[in-house]
Amino acid sequence: MPSIEVQQLEKSFSSNAQALFAGLSFTVDSDECLCLLGPSGCGKTTLLRLLMGLEKPSRGTIKMDPALDAEMSYVFQEPRLVPWRTCLENVLLPLELTAQNNPAARHRAIELLQNIGLSDRLEHFPDQLSGGMQMRVALARALITQPKMILLDEPFAALDERTRFHMQDLLLEFKARLQLQYVFVTHSISEAVYISDRILLLDNRGAARDIRSLPFSERNQSVKLTPAFNAIVSEYSSLFSEMEDSMKKADAGQSKL
Amino acid sequence: MITITRLWIADKLPAWIFLAGLLSIWQLIVVQGWVASYLLPSPLQIFYTTLELWPDIFVATLSTAQSILWGLGLSLIIGVTSALIFFSIPIARRAILPFCIFFQTVPIIAIAPLLVIWFGYGQPTVNASAFIVSLFPILANTLTGLQETDPQLKELFRLYKPSRWQLVFKLQIPSAIPYIITGIKISAGLAVVGAIVGEFIAGGGLGSLIDAARTQQRVDLVFSGVFMSSALALSLVYTINLITGLLFRHRPYLRNQ
Repeated sequence: MPSIEVQQLEKSFSSNAQALFAGLSFTVDSDECLCLLGPSGCGKTTLLRLLMGLEKPSRGTIKMDPALDAEMSYVFQEPRLVPWRTCLENVLLPLELTAQNNPAARHRAIELLQNIGLSDRLEHFPDQLSGGMQMRVALARALITQPKMILLDEPFAALDERTRFHMQDLLLEFKARLQLQYVFVTHSISEAVYISDRILLLDNRGAARDIRSLPFSERNQSVKLTPAFNAIVSEYSSLFSEMEDSMKKADAGQSKL
Repeated sequence: MITITRLWIADKLPAWIFLAGLLSIWQLIVVQGWVASYLLPSPLQIFYTTLELWPDIFVATLSTAQSILWGLGLSLIIGVTSALIFFSIPIARRAILPFCIFFQTVPIIAIAPLLVIWFGYGQPTVNASAFIVSLFPILANTLTGLQETDPQLKELFRLYKPSRWQLVFKLQIPSAIPYIITGIKISAGLAVVGAIVGEFIAGGGLGSLIDAARTQQRVDLVFSGVFMSSALALSLVYTINLITGLLFRHRPYLRNQ
């Protein structure tokens, strides 16, 4: 059974605005990590919010594997840490709200923070951390509930390159270790190629190009230097610009009318 | 430690020098006879009067302080409680809040005679007067704080399907605490005004000391009373800072906003 099954999806925010996705359909298999890629305004974030249930579709259906439905986590574009809570308390928040906060959970949270290199920051407040550290705490908060699926909305977009690479590897490590599945929104082609098994390239009229698995069994940052990786990135880049061009042309045509 | 002391001196020194200059000029003006001492007594004369009548002034100050604390304490309890009620029951807010605002526009000096009729001469009236003027800022600030909870944080909490009470106690009240502290500080100043005004009419405390001194043409004693009431207001604000600082010493975010 696929993890996610989207059929004939459409979303409009007001009655006169053009609908997003115009009948988009796709499925995500139970062992796949998917990237949503596309120019700004194409609805990547909206699609992710629809998957999480933060928005309701205007038309069409989204079916989640029931085994997965209750075990999903979400990482927002910004860390969204609660400013009056320490790192540790922020990570424990989901458990507190679902009445699962116990000594064992606390132990797990500390372990998780150790894993992401913040063991000496347990009692620090968000405003005492750098942006990269805050994002790592947000990732730990999403992982503390031991989800099977995690939805991430451009989580590393605001980070500097080095931190971003580090975070990508961290995510891949969690994927391997915890059998974690994720849907990842990004506007960086190389990031998409690096961390996903499959890419869904969206444009703003609902057409989506489905690009199949990437042939890397072993992933580490040095992969990014190989010709094969770069060939794929440049191929997708031209697809991406083609798509942007046709979007611009369509917009221009529409404004003439 | 030495550096901190030095910084403190550098910070406060100009104000002390200015004060000393001001008092010297004042003293000079009166001693030289440029202004009649029955209109403007010299600072030294005010100081001697305060020393001489200290037992009376002290008792009056204590009584005023008591009324201020009664009024402010009641305002804090009733203000925060009613803000919570208004926040959770919007219909109650829409029904009652307009009248609270109307009530707020009526000057305390106009209500004070009414309070005497209801509570008689003496401290209960003064307490009520301090309470009435200090209620609204705490209520309004608390309500604003509750309503201005960061929508992004609210969305984060919603991911974990919290109960209504979890939202209130873990998100909305902590969000409102900086606002409540600001409200208390505004109300503290007003409670002093309310108490003195109440005492003008209902008797007792610094208010009636100032009033009696006025009728006896004791301008020096009027000044003593004035200085004591501002000393009361200042020490009140200082105490509030101290208490909130201690209460939230491990949560700097909540007291520093």
